[in-house]
Amino acid sequence: MTLSKPTWEYAPAPESLKVDIAPEYGLYIDGAFRVPRSGRMFATINPATEEPLAQVAEADAADVNDAVMAARKALKGWRKLPPLERAKYLFRIARRIQERARELAVLETMDNGKPIRETRDEDVPLAAAHFFHHAGWCDKLRYALPTATGEDPQPVGVCGQVIPWNFPLLMAAWKIAPALACGNTVVLKPAETTPLTALRLAEILQEVELPRGVVNIVTGAGATGRELVHHADVDKVAFTGSTDVGRAIATAVAGTSKRLTLELGGKSPNIIFADAPIDQAVEGIVSAIWVNQGQVCCAGSRLLVEESVVDEVIDKLRHRMRSLRVGNPLDKNTDVGAINSRAQLERIEAHIRTATSEGATQHAVSDAALPSRGFWCRPCFFTGVQPAHTIAREEIFGPVLAVMTFRTPDEAVARANNTMYGLSAGIWTSRGSKAYEVARQIKAGVIWCNTFNQFDAAAPFGGYRESGFGREGGRAGLAAYLA
Amino acid sequence: MTDRAEITKTWKLFIGGAYPRSESGRVLPVHDVTGRAGVRAVAYAAQASRKDMRDAVEAARAAQDRWAAASGLLRGQILYRLAEMLDGRRAELVDAVRIGGRLGRGKARIEVERSLDRIVSFAGWCDKLESVMGGRNPVAGPFHCFSQVEPVGVVAVFAPDEHPLLGFLSLVLPALACGCSVVAVASASEPVPALIVSEAAPSSDIPAGVFNLLTGSHEELVPVAAAHRDIDAVVAAVPLELAKTLQVGVAENMKRVRLIDPGAAFLDENAWNDPRAFTGVTEIKTVWHPIGI
Repeated sequence: MTLSKPTWEYAPAPESLKVDIAPEYGLYIDGAFRVPRSGRMFATINPATEEPLAQVAEADAADVNDAVMAARKALKGWRKLPPLERAKYLFRIARRIQERARELAVLETMDNGKPIRETRDEDVPLAAAHFFHHAGWCDKLRYALPTATGEDPQPVGVCGQVIPWNFPLLMAAWKIAPALACGNTVVLKPAETTPLTALRLAEILQEVELPRGVVNIVTGAGATGRELVHHADVDKVAFTGSTDVGRAIATAVAGTSKRLTLELGGKSPNIIFADAPIDQAVEGIVSAIWVNQGQVCCAGSRLLVEESVVDEVIDKLRHRMRSLRVGNPLDKNTDVGAINSRAQLERIEAHIRTATSEGATQHAVSDAALPSRGFWCRPCFFTGVQPAHTIAREEIFGPVLAVMTFRTPDEAVARANNTMYGLSAGIWTSRGSKAYEVARQIKAGVIWCNTFNQFDAAAPFGGYRESGFGREGGRAGLAAYLA
Repeated sequence: MTDRAEITKTWKLFIGGAYPRSESGRVLPVHDVTGRAGVRAVAYAAQASRKDMRDAVEAARAAQDRWAAASGLLRGQILYRLAEMLDGRRAELVDAVRIGGRLGRGKARIEVERSLDRIVSFAGWCDKLESVMGGRNPVAGPFHCFSQVEPVGVVAVFAPDEHPLLGFLSLVLPALACGCSVVAVASASEPVPALIVSEAAPSSDIPAGVFNLLTGSHEELVPVAAAHRDIDAVVAAVPLELAKTLQVGVAENMKRVRLIDPGAAFLDENAWNDPRAFTGVTEIKTVWHPIGI
């Protein structure tokens, strides 16, 4: 008998829940869904199949104005509601998200392309936790941020919030929960490629009988976002997205009395010291850059490895990469799903071509077949990267890692800080004193020591430098929504 | 009437621990409007240029890391020393606050006393800010997660004309206390009170470059600060048009901009000794580490 090398194939394990998706979704304004004034609709597709999922309304200036007016009208009653009553609405929202978690996870995966394992275990539970956490703040704001006069802190007013497509429901929760907890009202614009879970959240808001106009959701692309940001009756603008759009918003808001918080891009370092637990660090690299196909603002896209262990790290990384399963996001065994849109896939591919032409070496180990339709990018990493290379400087927003080396902790810190961004950083070492000193020296808002991409409603998140300003989560996050 | 001619002083800039003239060579007269003989130029102050601002930012950047790394206790002792050094110059400060004609002697004395008290208050903030604004985050997982308060970096300050001493200190002290290095631009019309502070700074052991002072036109220097990519934050009590210039500058490098009403009630201790004074000059850094055996 000859022993052949065993190969084990995973049997497909698709998520079985079928989610009802309406053929058309209107704008959620003043507590009800309605058609856009222009009648214009656009399609949102499943990026894993390129099949259209639904037609969604495109809000124009008049629609945005309706939404802002509804939020303005609702503000008076909402801010005057006894704080514990406000809290009860937020608790209810959290509960309904938990109860409809599976449906939301499937819908998110279909609209976004990220693996069901992530939406089920991360996005949706974190979104529910964000409402639950902030519900409890409603009647405790005076202890969180005492005012000079000793009176209760006051809301800012009507908040215009624009969110990205990489964590659609979670970002909606990050924006809406603190705003409502502090007594503000909201007009939210989800990303044009991922509007469905925000619209499902609107249904939940109806179910919990949130007073009408307190949250309004207007769908559309960049033009809709611009109308919202420019609207004269918006008191506060909160934006999560690219640094370029953040710059445009900062310019638009200049000279007005609008408050502004920006959560922008990153090119975050992930530093592996020679004394790190290497196997754990390799797992950390995977969760830093290949989670959500690398479409994460705080992705650890620059790997800095101490020179003495670089061969070991790369060997293990190559080995680990072989077992990453790319494919159907609704399959529970999938590690890497679809890129969110064709435009994003083309941006990533252009970056890969630039990296190769600038002289870096690509390592894309996975040779498994990819589905014939949909937007797919195999995870990869590059060696031979110089600090001046485009791949070491510019945000890619894809599963592409740049590997560089260093010799001393000082050099590691200098390289880590050699960027205009400052959102996050990873530090891997088994020496606590070293971890905390390096954490102190790195100019970034979130530092993960011996872990990566952890989020929590109680932990402030946000950037230094050109990664934006303001925090989301925890006590520090409330400041953005109080006058 | 005395026959002795006064020795009128030309105040210089304070950059990197030295007192240079403006590289442009320009000076502006400082007027005393309170004398019986009418308005007189009693001194001159350097009129800083774009190049002076750039030099000051360079000095501030060079001094930033060490000041940020200094313990809160040390920074607090240094700021308290500044109050000690200035207390001996109270009479001079009262005269300097008076010559613009905004305040009579009694109010000028209150302004100076309140200013010295504000230094003392912020000396005390240095090692307490983190207890009040930072702390452990109760996350829902096996992690030790805490948020620490860090200085934003290099801060440019534009001081108001109202309250040329108290307003100036109210903007500068939070930045210094939390570990930022500062490039301050004094009130354009009444720079002398701030200049007196700059003369006390080295003898208070404020390290060279941590605190820099320019005098000159805000209209000229605000656009320079707005466009400067190595300034991390601006705290400014300036009129609306200049405020807008600063806000447009945010797009340059996402510098933090905190605008303050030039007519704010700086005498109000509740409002100005408050931790919200650190808005715009601090960053919250959240650090995670797993817990487990």
